[in-house]
Amino acid sequence: MSRATSITEAPLPDGLVWTKRHILGIEGWSAAEITAVLDLADLYVEQNRRADKRSTELRGRTVMNLFFEDSTRTKTSFELAGKRLGGDVLSMSVGTSSVKKGETLLDTAMTLNAMKPDFLVVRHAQSGAPKLLADKVNCSVINAGDGMHEHPTQALLDALSIRRRKGRLEGLTVAICGDILHSRVARSNIHLLGTMGAQVRVVGPPTLLPSSIDRMGVDVFTDMDRGLKDVDIVMMLRLQSERMNGKFVPSPREYFRFHGLTFGRLAVAKPDALIMHPGPMNRGVEIDSEVADDIGRSLILDQVEFGVAVRMACLRLLASTQQAA
Amino acid sequence: MPLSAFTNARLLDPASGRDEIGTLIAEGGKITALGADISVPTGAETIDCTGLCLAPGLVDMRVAVGEPGEEQRETILSASRAAAAGGITAFAMLPNTTPVIDNIAGLEFIARRAREAKLVKIFAYGAVTHGAAGKDLAEMGLLAEAGAVAFTDGVNAIGDALTMRRALSYARAFGKVIVQHPEEPSLAAGGQMNEGEISTRLGLSGITRAAEIIMLERDLRLVALTGGRYHAAHLSTAEGVDLIRKAKQAGLPVTCDVAPPYFALSEVDVGEYRTFAKLSPPLRTDGDRRALIAGIADGTVDAIASDHAPQDQDAKRVPFAAAAPGVVGLETLLPIALELHHKGMIGLLDLLARMTLAPATILGLPLGTLAVGKPADLVIFDLDRPWVIDADAFRSKSKNSPFDKRPVAGAVIMTVVDGRIVHES
Repeated sequence: MSRATSITEAPLPDGLVWTKRHILGIEGWSAAEITAVLDLADLYVEQNRRADKRSTELRGRTVMNLFFEDSTRTKTSFELAGKRLGGDVLSMSVGTSSVKKGETLLDTAMTLNAMKPDFLVVRHAQSGAPKLLADKVNCSVINAGDGMHEHPTQALLDALSIRRRKGRLEGLTVAICGDILHSRVARSNIHLLGTMGAQVRVVGPPTLLPSSIDRMGVDVFTDMDRGLKDVDIVMMLRLQSERMNGKFVPSPREYFRFHGLTFGRLAVAKPDALIMHPGPMNRGVEIDSEVADDIGRSLILDQVEFGVAVRMACLRLLASTQQAA
Repeated sequence: MPLSAFTNARLLDPASGRDEIGTLIAEGGKITALGADISVPTGAETIDCTGLCLAPGLVDMRVAVGEPGEEQRETILSASRAAAAGGITAFAMLPNTTPVIDNIAGLEFIARRAREAKLVKIFAYGAVTHGAAGKDLAEMGLLAEAGAVAFTDGVNAIGDALTMRRALSYARAFGKVIVQHPEEPSLAAGGQMNEGEISTRLGLSGITRAAEIIMLERDLRLVALTGGRYHAAHLSTAEGVDLIRKAKQAGLPVTCDVAPPYFALSEVDVGEYRTFAKLSPPLRTDGDRRALIAGIADGTVDAIASDHAPQDQDAKRVPFAAAAPGVVGLETLLPIALELHHKGMIGLLDLLARMTLAPATILGLPLGTLAVGKPADLVIFDLDRPWVIDADAFRSKSKNSPFDKRPVAGAVIMTVVDGRIVHES
């Protein structure tokens, strides 16, 4: 049995029919859907560790990366994911596209749509942009991060990283720390972890906590030492100065003093607590270099590695609905 | 001049409280007789209004038009047609055109275009400040002489307290009201929708309700200080209504209006980034919505204005944060307002007063009543006729309506301006 066939024909978990045409956000996903992606991604982690990493699930299909915001790791990760599944991958750089010439987002998308891609992977600075595209194009749209809304594949790769190290998600206590207000990663993780039965805390300065965040089922802390007490996972976020309208905190120095992750702060968490960061890190602003580089405790490189596998799983599952259609 | 008799109509006049079946005679553009026992003079063209309501033509005190400068959104002619179709016989247009109406030439241009359109009566606000930029006072006296109906910076708030103080003081000399977009600019900057759980979930920057409340509180202090007349446009919050209620009780010369989206919709209608539900100020909570209705019913809210804000497709078919705010409203003002009556929340005469007599009084216009000697500006409508709003059928050049496909009851049958039929369906 060839390995490509084994994955393509691997049945979806019991009782699950994958019906989503697009992946725009984790909000509204069932635990079964999340588990389906993670289980499939586990297989792809193994594939990605072999010398020959190629399979053929996306043979003949085209993945278009459309990134309106700078990105290194997410774009590369999607490129690798598409290529390792045997698809054709094309990355549009906004700098060379018509968008700079005044063409609207929808015009650009419709033009690309006419070239018959099977997947449009979209990153955009404005919340809801992938949804706008998904309503108009006939390929599958994957949200690779939209404004302050969601970054679904990041939450899925975070979950896979946690599950592979801890063996589970249910019952864990996860503290998401820092700039919650501007973070799409935080929102997707809150939805995902809550659905999977983890206890989610958000920890940050009050000016960087969004309005009514408690209504999303999280416990809210403004004090790092309380927020990190007895947690299993510390998920640090980047201070997103580029999304800020005015100053939310007085200075990076003050931010680090009260909200930066150091070994001293980490002492109140569980002894085996793990540290995560979606990258890119601001060392010395939200995280101390020593902590970031502690291989025993940091999941940061796992996150990057498993990101490719998770995106392969997402492409594979969406492809199954395209075949059905 | 034509002589018309509107017979068997349910005559509705908020000013006199008249609500009876009868006849209205119009001659030479004026109402010459009305009542239950009026006989039709010989030679009159008879319009049988059996089963229909006849009320003063609606007066819409808040309308944005794209002319001059953005004619692709709306021209004075297209706005006139839309108004006539909506039963509106007079409207006041905001000065936020390109260029801003902050000078006499701008007013004269509008007057000329309105004469050419020759459908409904169009009044123009003058800008309070040059360029509606909120800094230096425009030539309010000269603008008043040239016909400015009142003063406002329109879609822009007058954020600077000293400027507002001076505007209120200065406008007193000309008997003009200052119309404010009550939203504290620094609190609202960058905001896309009401701040709360929904904005957090959607990842959109919120505008706190406090932005409106703070601005009203400040302005009411300045009204008390200056004695100037003040009108708060398109209230969106429960506290805003409450502040106006208390200010009126305290005897301050203040009035306010609400636009249909704010009492018919709420922040929930943003759904998944529906740009047609993006307004300025933003749609608020359901509690706010209900408080606005209570304010309309108890008279705290003087007027209902369409807050007509035409936006073309390019301004709305974009990500939510990039979309221009506003909805078209001229052709949906009456049916959406009538929902309040059909739900038993307000009597028909009171509701009509909010769209006729009250805005006319605020702006100092001799309109909005059915009385002998007054202009024959009339709307004839079927109170109960069911229909479905169809944005594609709008006369307005822009179709940005959150009410598209909404089933409503109450349809305009005929609109008459100065005794002349300007719309008939």
